[in-house]
Amino acid sequence: MGVRVGIPRALLYYHYYPGWEAFFRALGAEVVLSDETTKAILDRGVRDAVDEACLPVKLYLGHLANLRDKEVDYIFVPRIVSVERKRYLCPKFLGLPEIARFCVPGLPELLDIEINVYERYHKSKQSLEKLASLFGYSKQAGKLALQEAKVAQKAYEARLRQGYTPQDVFCGREKKENGRIKVAVLGHAYNLNDPYTSMGLLEKLREMGAEVITTEMMLPEEIKRGNDFLEKEIFWTFGKELLGAAFHLLDEGSIQGIVLVVSFGCGPDSLICELVERIYRREKTVPLLMLTLDEHTGQAGVITRLEAFMDMLRWREAI
Amino acid sequence: MRVTYPHMGLISIAFHGLLRDLGLDVLPPPPITKKTINLGVLHSPEFACFPLKVNMGNFIESLELGADTIVMAGGSGPCRFGYYAEVQREILTDLGYKFKMIVLEPPQERAILLEKLKELGAKRSWPAILRTLQTTWRRIKALDEIHAQSLRIRPRELAKGSTTKAYEKALLPLAAACTPREVSQALRTARKILGGVPINTEKKVLRIGFVGEIYMLLEPYANLEVERLLGEMGVEVDRSIYMSHWIKDHLLLKSLGLAGNKPTKKAAAPYLNHFVGGHGWESVGDTVRYAQRGFDGVIHVLPFTCTPEIVAQSILPTVSREQGIPVLSFSLDEQSGEAGFQTRLEAFLDLLEQRKNRVKFVAP
Repeated sequence: MGVRVGIPRALLYYHYYPGWEAFFRALGAEVVLSDETTKAILDRGVRDAVDEACLPVKLYLGHLANLRDKEVDYIFVPRIVSVERKRYLCPKFLGLPEIARFCVPGLPELLDIEINVYERYHKSKQSLEKLASLFGYSKQAGKLALQEAKVAQKAYEARLRQGYTPQDVFCGREKKENGRIKVAVLGHAYNLNDPYTSMGLLEKLREMGAEVITTEMMLPEEIKRGNDFLEKEIFWTFGKELLGAAFHLLDEGSIQGIVLVVSFGCGPDSLICELVERIYRREKTVPLLMLTLDEHTGQAGVITRLEAFMDMLRWREAI
Repeated sequence: MRVTYPHMGLISIAFHGLLRDLGLDVLPPPPITKKTINLGVLHSPEFACFPLKVNMGNFIESLELGADTIVMAGGSGPCRFGYYAEVQREILTDLGYKFKMIVLEPPQERAILLEKLKELGAKRSWPAILRTLQTTWRRIKALDEIHAQSLRIRPRELAKGSTTKAYEKALLPLAAACTPREVSQALRTARKILGGVPINTEKKVLRIGFVGEIYMLLEPYANLEVERLLGEMGVEVDRSIYMSHWIKDHLLLKSLGLAGNKPTKKAAAPYLNHFVGGHGWESVGDTVRYAQRGFDGVIHVLPFTCTPEIVAQSILPTVSREQGIPVLSFSLDEQSGEAGFQTRLEAFLDLLEQRKNRVKFVAP
């Protein structure tokens, strides 16, 4: 049996897991995922985190504790600073290894390599190859592992663009017939796809007859087009995607409603969603629902609001 | 064109001087009051950080008084501040104000920054503009020096409030000076005014380091005047960030491709060896340095929901334990209550006092 590498089922798991998994598998490691989110996992994270940390960070810490209890050899907690030129991720990702180390006691060694392509790709590639050498592999084998990761990641992203959510792909769910009402549900993938903290929001909307669109399903050109309306480019990757999707869909006129999902106290979203709300309010053509999630959010309240929103959309279609 | 700008502690004085000396008609925003905060909060996103809301209050009050141009700073992230101006412009537009917003974007695009300054000071020649920048730089350094001096004097003053009175008086000539020479003269006057405050040189005082997010550190209204409060309780406060340091690190050194603030980053390294936006890295590093310099405690301030400082907050308990320095963290916004704040400060000081006496007793 190879080295056991733990990956928390939280945060960027929803963006990059297939790539990560392929990478570690190619290096002969056994990939161990934390369990699906439960109340116990979330509570554990809430206890370890500082009060003001956002819900996804608290949840991440809970998953770290879960992995610790599984006695893995390493946990993959990368410092992902930037995934494209001239744009950052949210500051919490810049300090994630430290938040993990100093908040959750007794963790095994963290694989905290830095991914930062803000200026250039070279260094991140080097650190990935260095990571490969930790598993006793040559530079060449590291390159091959990276290649396999890229293939897996590309396939995953292509699948998302066909209208699948990350959770659909992970659970092997096939697409059912599309609903009649097109609703954009925009927010961080780690908020929308965690079945526990999102309360299965995407699935619920589908059950209510919506065809759900998320940022991952959109083409880069569409996101870019949506951002052309701005005077100043947004320097957060996820912010750019959310706003680009929202503006493009509004302009195209192809959606009947939009739901924004944010976590309580989210820094970037406090500004991005404000802009989205304002532009939608000016146009007055597409109804907007804003849902704020935190560890106290009750399922009943959220469902009621979703139902009311869907009723209203249906009613608008009817008249 | 009537130009206005947001308040930020003493920077307001420096910025006002800069715009005035560029030959502009400047309308300073009215001093921050409860009304400013209420206006700002009413028209800002709920979870935006506190500085954005105070800025909004400043802008609305100035626009109401007849300003038609807002000069604001920008940035390139990952801290939210870099995108403030874009959001503020949309909100003010929706409120129906007619204005122009000029955003100065440091530090990457220096050429554009100078261009924008030229656009502002259209009536001035390049040499005159450079001279104004020199005056501004000197003024900022002078303001910082006077501020630091006031922090050293206040805990030792004989009559409570005399330092604050002298400090306010000392700032006036610095605000009025228009040339580098006048600034130097004004600085001498200011030093004399503060130096004239009667003090008890023998007094033993607690020393507390003041770290955190830059706006909350620099704007007294935002930090509930913690420096004055502590000073009057007999505490010497040392503020970790001054505007002159910031300009040196971010505008001068960074544009030359050099890394600024090395000692702080080195001190932070065992705990955090990477920038996290805003001043999160500095908060960690400066806390370590205060411990090494034998300070009695550290006070950390952040605006509620500030992500970089939340990263720092996650690390600071470990720093406090390992470096043996008590740290008190305050997350502040429009909801902050003065009474609760003061009580926590007093309790913290009691703890520091007891700790200090105990250490003295045990030491041979």
